[in-house]
Amino acid sequence: MSGLRYVYAVCRPFGTPLPRQLTGVGGVPPKQLVHHGLVAVVGQVPEEDFAEQPLRAHLEDLDWLGTTARAHQNVIDALTVVTSPLPLRLATVFRDDSGVRAMIEQREETFLRTLDRLDGRVEWGVKVYSESTETSGEPEASVDTGARPAPSPGKTGSGRDYLRQRRNQRKESEEKWERAEQFSRRLHESLSGYAEDTRIHAPQNAALSRAPGRNILNAAYLVPRAESEAFVELVDRTKDDAPGLRVELTGPWAAYSFSGEDA
Amino acid sequence: MTTAQRFPDPYGHDGGANLADILERVLDKGIVIAGDIRINLLDIELLTIKLRLIVASVDKAKEMGIDWWETDPQLSSRAGRDELARENAELRAHVAELEGARGEVTTREREPSKKEAQG
Repeated sequence: MSGLRYVYAVCRPFGTPLPRQLTGVGGVPPKQLVHHGLVAVVGQVPEEDFAEQPLRAHLEDLDWLGTTARAHQNVIDALTVVTSPLPLRLATVFRDDSGVRAMIEQREETFLRTLDRLDGRVEWGVKVYSESTETSGEPEASVDTGARPAPSPGKTGSGRDYLRQRRNQRKESEEKWERAEQFSRRLHESLSGYAEDTRIHAPQNAALSRAPGRNILNAAYLVPRAESEAFVELVDRTKDDAPGLRVELTGPWAAYSFSGEDA
Repeated sequence: MTTAQRFPDPYGHDGGANLADILERVLDKGIVIAGDIRINLLDIELLTIKLRLIVASVDKAKEMGIDWWETDPQLSSRAGRDELARENAELRAHVAELEGARGEVTTREREPSKKEAQG
């Protein structure tokens, strides 16, 4: 019977009901806890998973983390359709409703201020990748485990040829890198024109993202909903501008990257 | 209070977002509030650092001197590093062997070397 309270987000009251079939962490539908004119979106979670000890263990488990993060995001996504939520970090857990209420009281002013700032805004993510493997072809394959650095059968393995080849490759890839950077900078500048605020995040590692190519730009833009259409169109238009580069758009997200007080 | 509900949703939900996108935000960007269940801060920091490493570039992580993921074949293309090291050793041995042998069979083996010198 005992359960803990997992808080997804804090919002201003919103008229539109959440989808009936919406579930969050642990497959449990989130509820609204209204207090002091604010809404905490809360789900009940079992102590077996979210008490201190098990939670700590779970947090080190990437599979559990992935599932929980998606469930969390699922609720935030649904909220983003009907309001502009202030998303809390994963696994913000209280013993009971009164703990949640106390937290709201304690932070009321900050919440209101931030919610005002984010009202009617969404976050868009834009990433630029260089499609390294496709453009430079064979040479880089030597980094892969399988390829032997043996001289190709066509040539008699001249050391000088090899060095020259390497030098050209390096120069090529430096130029490619420079072009990619320039493109990213220009793109960021023009997108910033539509955004109220921007954040540049660390590039993502392909091991987790499973996205091909190398991530060069990873940025977030706080955009008014009304401007979102124009923003998306602008991103779409630039997509074909840079051969060898790939532009990826994600969103609309809740304003995760802009929820901090320093934002 | 909220403005227009109608706005483009071409990439809604999980559309264009990969796990790194989601973790990056859910774990690293949402507002931080200390709940009743307090995880030892050190632990959280550890986790965050780890994930930042997954999320961030490998090079940067290496700058920081942290390479825990390299032992995890699921996360790491470095599983191949041992392989490379082994291959490297093999090649060295092979080169040494060849160089040893060259002393004896230089003329026969090294004919094309003149062409190289010209080029």
